[in-house]
Amino acid sequence: MQSYEHLAPSRAVKIRQRFVPFVVMALVLAVIPVFDPSRTMYSLMAAMGINIVFALSYNMLLGRGGLLSFGHAVYFGLGGYAALHAMNAIDAGDSAFWGNYPVFMLPVVGFAMGALAGAIIGWPSCKRSGVPFAMISLGVAELVAAAGYMFGSFFGGEMGVTGDRMVGPQLFGLSMGPVEDVYWFIAFWTFVGTLGIYAFTRTPIGKMSEATRDNPERVQFVGYDPNRVRYLVFIFAGAFAGLAGGMAAVNYEIFTPESVSLIPSGLVLLMAYIGGIRYFTGPIMGAILLTYMQSMLSDYSEAWLLYLGLLFIAIVMYAPGGVAGIVFGLLDIFRHDGTREVLTRRVKQAVGVALAFTGLVILTEVAVRWSNGYGEVFEPFGLHLGIDTPLSWVLIVGFFAAGFVTLRLTRNKEEGAA
Amino acid sequence: METIVFSLLNGVIYGLLLFMLSSGLTLIFSMMGVLNFAHASFYMLGAYFAYSIMGVTNFWIALIFAPVLVGLVGAAVEKWGLRRVHANGHVAELLFTFGLAYLIDEVVKILWGRNAVDYRVPEILDFPLFELFGAQYPAYRVFILLVSVAMLAALWFILNRTRAGLIIQAALTHPHMVGHLGHNVPRIFMTVFGVGCALAGLAGVIGGNYLVTDPAMAVQMGPIVFVVVVVGGLGSLTGAFLAAMLLGLMQTFAVGIDASFADMFGWLGLSATSEVGSITIASLAPMIPFLMLVLILMIRPRGLMGDREL
Repeated sequence: MQSYEHLAPSRAVKIRQRFVPFVVMALVLAVIPVFDPSRTMYSLMAAMGINIVFALSYNMLLGRGGLLSFGHAVYFGLGGYAALHAMNAIDAGDSAFWGNYPVFMLPVVGFAMGALAGAIIGWPSCKRSGVPFAMISLGVAELVAAAGYMFGSFFGGEMGVTGDRMVGPQLFGLSMGPVEDVYWFIAFWTFVGTLGIYAFTRTPIGKMSEATRDNPERVQFVGYDPNRVRYLVFIFAGAFAGLAGGMAAVNYEIFTPESVSLIPSGLVLLMAYIGGIRYFTGPIMGAILLTYMQSMLSDYSEAWLLYLGLLFIAIVMYAPGGVAGIVFGLLDIFRHDGTREVLTRRVKQAVGVALAFTGLVILTEVAVRWSNGYGEVFEPFGLHLGIDTPLSWVLIVGFFAAGFVTLRLTRNKEEGAA
Repeated sequence: METIVFSLLNGVIYGLLLFMLSSGLTLIFSMMGVLNFAHASFYMLGAYFAYSIMGVTNFWIALIFAPVLVGLVGAAVEKWGLRRVHANGHVAELLFTFGLAYLIDEVVKILWGRNAVDYRVPEILDFPLFELFGAQYPAYRVFILLVSVAMLAALWFILNRTRAGLIIQAALTHPHMVGHLGHNVPRIFMTVFGVGCALAGLAGVIGGNYLVTDPAMAVQMGPIVFVVVVVGGLGSLTGAFLAAMLLGLMQTFAVGIDASFADMFGWLGLSATSEVGSITIASLAPMIPFLMLVLILMIRPRGLMGDREL
């Protein structure tokens, strides 16, 4: 009998790939408060933690299950709403159960609500895959978003539902009031969520979901029902999105019907895809990057959504592996010998992209200021770049040309080598 | 009676606009399998181009040149964008157009501002055409009707009576065979994509001043166009026409109905003051398309007249 044991990963590989990253993550999360971050940093990190879990849960569908959903915020939102209503029940303290329920554990409520919503909505939508699934998810998202403004008792109308997180019994001595307390709450649940979603990919159902993505027919041949696999994955993806919603409920203490609309659903899609859906760590990178862009870049430039769109299109067209794909690709180059040419080519490409991008940034920034009509002028490094200054156009055209020439040169070399 | 006639007229006009908007997408989708998320963005571009051209010249020049411009933009997008992504599958294409919609939205906001622009009905068409039940009916709506019908006839003629139309029809169902016969399928794709976008642009030109021209118009129309295409069925313009009419009429009639759930289901004991009871049919109008979308995909994935499943 042939033995396949030598094909299995060795113990060292297992520890390196499955254990060490989580230890590192826990350490990083534990060490961050030592550096005494500012309040802004704390709130930024809280948003990142929430988005990490949310994007990872989305990738359970898109990356692992091959299911493109345009309505994932529905589960995030419903989970968040459930957590907020639970928070208010804790505040009221009428029932023995909610009276003794700590706010710290509210993401569990979100998890349950997300799973319930996934089980109900997933039942009809998971009968199809591919584009029909995407369309159903879009339709459901629109329906739920419309219902959001209709059922005021659950969604709170335009104003949304608000709560107070400093109620109920304390857990781990955290009053949940100051940002430091909230940090520990977010850090804990980010870790639990990430670990949970990773653990899910290691279960038989997680493995079958990847198989269903790649070849549903073969999955049927080995005795599984692809629809059932999709349905189960869908429930769990909804549950983890609900968990993230519960985190957001405690962090922001407010949820509005906008949170179940298409806009956050689109944003989580961008996060997961820009990060890289083929890697487990991809959505984490995407969530960190986009959250950072959302809060920091929006201070610098009004056109940050334009840059986001460009980044997304560039990733779809030229780097389907996303940011994670680029990072791991570079690591691979460094790890192997004799790839000096590859490295130089990558550097040249990066220079070309950077040059063309600089031209684009100048064009956009000049255009945005002109469009606002306040007479503001783009002045980087003491330069005066108005819409009617010749220098602006020289710079724009110059950077574009330089970038394209550099890119063209690397491409020619690539073809020459091949 | 009055309500019915007016709803009928307005519903037909809305349906025709929807059809013009979605006929291009049906062609593109059936042929290339690309569900173009940015299709409504081309509709928006049509309206904005027309607004700008009208500022320099007049409406009639805009009516011709704006759709042509939109078509050229569409063809360029297909040639330099979509074609590259094609190798990565339909989901990548869908995502590409999704990003494109984002991008066009932002560019429009930069070029024309965040608020609605004053894109008006041309003065020559801005008069009441006839009086019905004491209410005046604007001539521009009838103009929309005429343009849509003319476009419908032209599309039908091109697709059914010309050689190019025959090749396109063949490529709808058997793209590989058409390729084997020596036709340049990528170029057919590019043309169809461009023409489809131009049709959306035309809908924008005549619809932008009838409705509103603002940066949100693409987001509002986008999902509804999908509904028309999916409900109509893959590869069927007739289906898309039926679906567009159905949607247009249903939405306009729903807005006109002044009843609530309590009126309808009062016999079940639903009170008018309860949350469910107070929901009116009119407020459900925006939900109708999506309800149809979900139901059709679940019950009849081929759509009304589709020749194959989605």
